[in-house]
Amino acid sequence: MTDLVRTYVLLAYTWVRAAAQYPVSLAITTVAAFLVTALDVAAIAVIFTHTRSLAGFTLLEVMFLYGTAGLSFAIADLLFGNVDRLSQHVRAGTFDAMLIRPASPFVQMAVERFAFHRVGRIAQAGVVLAIALPGLEVPWRRAWMIPVMVVCGIVIFTALWTLGGALQFLLTDAPEVANAFTYGGGQLTQYPLSVYGDDLVRGVTFIVPLAFVNWQPALYVLGRPDPLGLPHLLRFLSPAAALALACVAALAWRAGLRRYRSTGS
Amino acid sequence: MIELDGVGRSFTVRQGPRWRRRGGPRVVHAVRDLSFHVAAGEFVGYLGPNGAGKSTTIKMLTGILAPTSGRIQVAGLDPSRRRAVLARRIGVVFGQRTTLWWDLPLRDSFHLVRHLYKVDRTVHAARLAELCEVLELGGFLDTPVRQLSLGQRVRGDIAAALLHDPAVLVLDEPTIGLDVVSKAAVREFLRTLNAERGTTVLLTTHDLGDIERLCRRVMLIDHGRLAFDGTVDELRATAPGETSIEDVVTRLYTRPSPS
Repeated sequence: MTDLVRTYVLLAYTWVRAAAQYPVSLAITTVAAFLVTALDVAAIAVIFTHTRSLAGFTLLEVMFLYGTAGLSFAIADLLFGNVDRLSQHVRAGTFDAMLIRPASPFVQMAVERFAFHRVGRIAQAGVVLAIALPGLEVPWRRAWMIPVMVVCGIVIFTALWTLGGALQFLLTDAPEVANAFTYGGGQLTQYPLSVYGDDLVRGVTFIVPLAFVNWQPALYVLGRPDPLGLPHLLRFLSPAAALALACVAALAWRAGLRRYRSTGS
Repeated sequence: MIELDGVGRSFTVRQGPRWRRRGGPRVVHAVRDLSFHVAAGEFVGYLGPNGAGKSTTIKMLTGILAPTSGRIQVAGLDPSRRRAVLARRIGVVFGQRTTLWWDLPLRDSFHLVRHLYKVDRTVHAARLAELCEVLELGGFLDTPVRQLSLGQRVRGDIAAALLHDPAVLVLDEPTIGLDVVSKAAVREFLRTLNAERGTTVLLTTHDLGDIERLCRRVMLIDHGRLAFDGTVDELRATAPGETSIEDVVTRLYTRPSPS
């Protein structure tokens, strides 16, 4: 495990140093990542100029949901978002090169072209959360859940990317299938899930556990009843959901790697 | 050092979209029932026409692909199960594609290799200096790999594959596309490596000059099976009427398939 972290840090540092050869470009892309995602918040602000609440949630509460989901998603994307480029690596033959090195191909792929500018998105989500939190006056006895839910969210999104990568061992031609769950999930969790249909909420609770990224734990943090009347216990199950999904993803990745066929040269 | 016993690798090829498929999927045997041993210190050329199974064999030796049948041992390890451990004991060069980091300067790639393979700092510095001198890398160490010429890149790849001083070096078409001068430099380097350090070398090639100048032993694979295994002189003797090695190999390639 320490070996994996060591390899990751070493490769990430090398990529950042290479990107820092062009400091202006690095600064512009980082700021651009911050600004582009800030447009999401502008959209939320526009909605709230027409209404005082969204599915019963106030502006600050929606910003809280947005900030926690955004933080989880952006950190997972920075650290492991490149895993869904597997089919490109397979086709270019670079995946073979990763397999002949004495390091985990998963780590090598995750860190390949480490996209430091994605830090801009993490900062943006952090700012939104920092604006929302003081106004919400969350009591300390419930605030412990906030870091827990962010970490669980990172694990859930990472597991989804890994599943997407593993799927590409089978479907080298359809890398976008998994994006519906990763990027789609990132967008979905930015709003209170109760604005969507009941069936969708049940689907992302019990099938693809996106509801555990922020929705269920946020109901606890905000002291809200579940609009769908789902069991109260679900609010504490984010770690279990994250762990279960991570195990599924790890198994799928291993199975995919065993079936790897390389290309014809 | 390298042992293959009855190794086979087949691929299942799907034919067209599911709703239009007739019959079952087609099974292609890239390699079938392949057995050979390479002892430590040997220099072996691995020949075969396109699609004969050369690259598939190389990928199985390096652990990239798992065989569908048979047993493989390289440096005492089963490649597909002990890939990461094996990686520290073998060096691999693909002539057609690089194993270096495309967007990083050559120097950074070598730096990463040192850490990934956990080579001691002083040992690495000495070895790198030696390789830089012999392979003449000094002039482009700070150039990103994508900007290197093919000859420079292949030399960089060879250096990267040897920095951890592996016991076995496997090369898949290392001289492909190189001009005569670069080719001669690479050949001379490999010859010295084998003679002086005793590194076991297995190389695939379509360039028969490589075979004549380097390899004491030649193996020829065709239709996924070993069709010839012997010295270069024995290879010539298979076709006494032919004068050039090209003609000898052409005759071996074009003879009817045994199955």
